[in-house]
Amino acid sequence: MLTGIEAAFFYLFAFVAVASAFMVIAAKNPVHSVLFLILTFFNAAGLFLLTGAEFLAMILLVVYVGAVAVLFLFVVMMLDVDFAALKSGALQYAPVGALVGIVLAAELIVVAGGYAFTPELAATASMPTPDLAVRSNTAALGDILYTHYVHYFQMAGLILLVAMIGAIVLTLRHKPNVRRQSVAAQVARTPATAIEVKKVETGKGI
Amino acid sequence: MTTALSTSLSLLGPELILAVGAVALLMIGVFSAEQRANRLVTGLSVAVLVAALLWMWFYGRDGYAFGGAIIQDAFGRFMKSLALIGSAVTLFMSVGFAKSERFDKFEFPVLIVLCTLGMMLMITANDMLGLYLGLELQSLAIYVLAAFNRDSLRSTEAGLKYFVLGALSSGMLLYGISLVYGYTGHTGFQEIALALNGSERQLGLVFGLVFVLAGLAFKISAVPFHMWTPDVYEGAPTPITAFMAAAPKMAAMALTVRVTMEAFAPIAPDWQQIIVFISIASMLLGSFAAIGQRNIKRLMAYSSIGHMGFALVGLAANSETGVRGVVLYMAIYLAMTLGTFAVILAMRRKEGNVENIDDLAGLSTTHPLMALVLTIMMFSLAGIPPLAGFWAKWYVFLAAINSGLYALSVIGVLASVVGAFYYLRLIKIMWFDEPVGSFVPVAGELRVVLAVSAAFTLLYVLIGGPLGNMAEAAAMSFF
Amino acid sequence: MDTLLSSYLPVVIFIGVAMLVGVALTVAPFLVAYRNPDPEKLSAYECGFNAFDDARMKFDVRFYLVAILFIIFDLEVAFLFPWAVSFGEIGMFGFWSMMVFLGILTLGFIYEWKKGALEWD
Repeated sequence: MLTGIEAAFFYLFAFVAVASAFMVIAAKNPVHSVLFLILTFFNAAGLFLLTGAEFLAMILLVVYVGAVAVLFLFVVMMLDVDFAALKSGALQYAPVGALVGIVLAAELIVVAGGYAFTPELAATASMPTPDLAVRSNTAALGDILYTHYVHYFQMAGLILLVAMIGAIVLTLRHKPNVRRQSVAAQVARTPATAIEVKKVETGKGI
Repeated sequence: MTTALSTSLSLLGPELILAVGAVALLMIGVFSAEQRANRLVTGLSVAVLVAALLWMWFYGRDGYAFGGAIIQDAFGRFMKSLALIGSAVTLFMSVGFAKSERFDKFEFPVLIVLCTLGMMLMITANDMLGLYLGLELQSLAIYVLAAFNRDSLRSTEAGLKYFVLGALSSGMLLYGISLVYGYTGHTGFQEIALALNGSERQLGLVFGLVFVLAGLAFKISAVPFHMWTPDVYEGAPTPITAFMAAAPKMAAMALTVRVTMEAFAPIAPDWQQIIVFISIASMLLGSFAAIGQRNIKRLMAYSSIGHMGFALVGLAANSETGVRGVVLYMAIYLAMTLGTFAVILAMRRKEGNVENIDDLAGLSTTHPLMALVLTIMMFSLAGIPPLAGFWAKWYVFLAAINSGLYALSVIGVLASVVGAFYYLRLIKIMWFDEPVGSFVPVAGELRVVLAVSAAFTLLYVLIGGPLGNMAEAAAMSFF
Repeated sequence: MDTLLSSYLPVVIFIGVAMLVGVALTVAPFLVAYRNPDPEKLSAYECGFNAFDDARMKFDVRFYLVAILFIIFDLEVAFLFPWAVSFGEIGMFGFWSMMVFLGILTLGFIYEWKKGALEWD
C-alpha cells in the first residue's frame, strides 16, 4: 500500500498520465498529440519507478520516448495529410466511442472492485521478484532472462529479425539510373581500359 | 543446466530446423544471383519444412522442455503436421504465380518459414509468454506477407488493415494474460489450472479469460472478431491468401484448444458459453454473408469464418470426442482449402489472374477436370455425404449432441444448409452457364495439389480410419 | 524500496527547478514585455512574401526505413543492459545465449547491408 509522499506521487503520475492520454486523442494539432503522448510515456515511467521496476521505466524512456515517439513526431510533422479533414468525420462516431469507453470503464471498475490481492500468490510465482535491497531490478531480470528464459529471449531475436526483413521488403526500392561510386571498379581501372590514344592528323579534327 | 538444455533442445528438433533453416535461407537468398534466388530459396524452404515434418514424425518424443514452458504431445504433433503441410503446399503452389505475377522475391519463402516457426512455437507453447511470443512471430510475418505486393493499393491496404486490427487483438490478448496472471500468479498452463482448482472463481479472472479468448478469436477469424478477414483475403496476393486460410488457422485453433482445455479446464462452464456464442455467430455470419459475394477470395473468407464456427462446435462440447472432432475438422478443412485455392490460383487468363465468380462460368466445357475438382471441393465444403466435409461436420455435431448441446447442433445444421446454397450456386455457374473465355493450361504443381486434395476429399471414407485414430490419440493428450 | 525512491530525489528536484524556470520564462513576457501588435506585424512572413503553402509535404519512404532499422537495433541494445549487469551471475551459458541472439541479428544486418538498405543513392 502506498502512503505519504509515495501516494502523492502516484496520484500525480496517474492523473497526468490519464489526462495527457486523453489529450492525445483530443488535441486538434497532431504534433501536440505526439507531445502529449510523450508526456504520457514519462508519467508511465514514473509509475513503473514507484513499483520498483527501474529497468522498465528507463527502457520506456529510451525506446518509446527516445525512438518511437520521435519517429511519430517525424511522421506527423512531415506527412502530407490534411489532418483537419481526417478528423472532421471523427465526431460522428463519438457516441459509439463513448459507449464502448463506458463499457470498458465499467469493466475496469468491476475488476478493480473485485480484486483481492493475496500475498500468498506472490510467493507461489515461479520466478518471484527478489528483494530490491538484495538485487537490483535490472540484475534480477538479467539473472533469469538469458538462462532460465533463454528460448523466449531467442524468440524475441527472431521477431526482431522478421521486423527487419519486413521493413526492407516493404519499403526498400532502388531508384533506377543512379550511378554509385564503386571504389573497387575505380581502383581496377588500368590505362588499357581507361585511356584511348588517337592519332590526330594535322589540320583535321577527330 | 547443460543436460537440461540438451534434453530441451532435443525435444525442439523441428523448431530448431526451421529457425536455423530460415536464417540460412536468408543468407543463401541474399548471396545468390537475383534471378535464381527466388526459385532456389523456395525449393530449399519446402525442403526445410518437409525435413521438420519428417523429424517430428520419426524422432518426435513427448515431454516438457525449458522447465515446462514447452510441451510436446500427440495433439501438438498432429496440429504441427497440419501447419507444416499447409505451409509447404502453399509454397509449392506459389511457384508458378511467383514467376508470372512478378512476385519473385526470395524473402517470401523465408518469411513463410519464419511464420511457420511462429506457428510451431504457438502449438508447443505451454505458457502464456510462449503463446504470446509465438503468436507475434507468426502475426508479424503475416502482416508483411499481406502487404507483400507493395505496388498494389489493395495489397497494402490489406496489410495495413490486418496490422492495425492485429495489434489491437494482441493488446487485448496481453491485457487478458496480465489479468489471468494477476489472479492466479502464474503464466504456465498447468499452474494456472492448479491455481484455479484451489481457489474459488473471481470475477476479474473471467474478464481475463474473455480478453484472452477475444485475442485468440481474432486469429481464427471468428465472429465478432472477423471484420478483417474478407478485406485481407481479397487484397492479399492469392498464394498468401491461400497460406493465411490454411496454416495459421491450424495453429490458432490448436492454441485455442490448448488454452481452454488445459489452463482454463477448471472453469470450463465459463468458456463454454463464450465458445458457444462465438461458434453460433460465426456459423450464421459465414453462411449468410457469403451469399452475395462476387469475388471468390471474399467468398472463401466468409466460408472460412463459417468453418471456424463449425470447428468450434467440437470445442464447445468440452469432451474427448469434441477435441477429436476439432482436430479432424481442421485436417479436412486444410485439404479442402488447399484444393480450392489451387483452383483459384489456376484461374489464369492470358492477361493475368482473375478472381470473380462469374469468370468460372462454363468451366465444365472449357476445363472439365478443373470443374470436377472444384465441384468436389464445393460439395465437400457444403458437407454433402460421403465426402470428407460431411464427416468433419458429423464428428463435431456428434460430440456436441453427446454433451447435450442440442440447440447449438440444430443451429449448426441449419447454418450448413444455408451455406450449401452458395456452394451450390458456384457449381451451377460452372456447369450450367455459358462460358466466357478459357483459362491457360493448369500449371504442373497445381495439378498435383488438385489431384491429391480431390483424392483425399473423395476417398476420406476409405482412409479416414487411420486419420481418426491419430486424431483420437491427439485428443487423448488432454484427458 | 524507500532507498530506491529516495535515490531519485535529485531527479525530482531537477524536474521541479526546470519546470519552475520554464514556467517563469513563459509567464514573464506576459507581465513585463511591451506589446503593441498590428496586422502587418502578425501576418505570416516568408522572405518578403506570404507563405506559399503548407510546410507538410510527401517525402521519401527511405527515411522511415532508416528510422525503423534504428529502432530495431535500439531494442537489441536494450537487451544488453540486464545482460551486462548480471554477467557475473549467468556464466558461460548466459554469454553464449546473448551471442546467439546477437548472431541472429548480425545475420539480419548482413542481409540489410547486402540488400543495399544502408546506402543512400
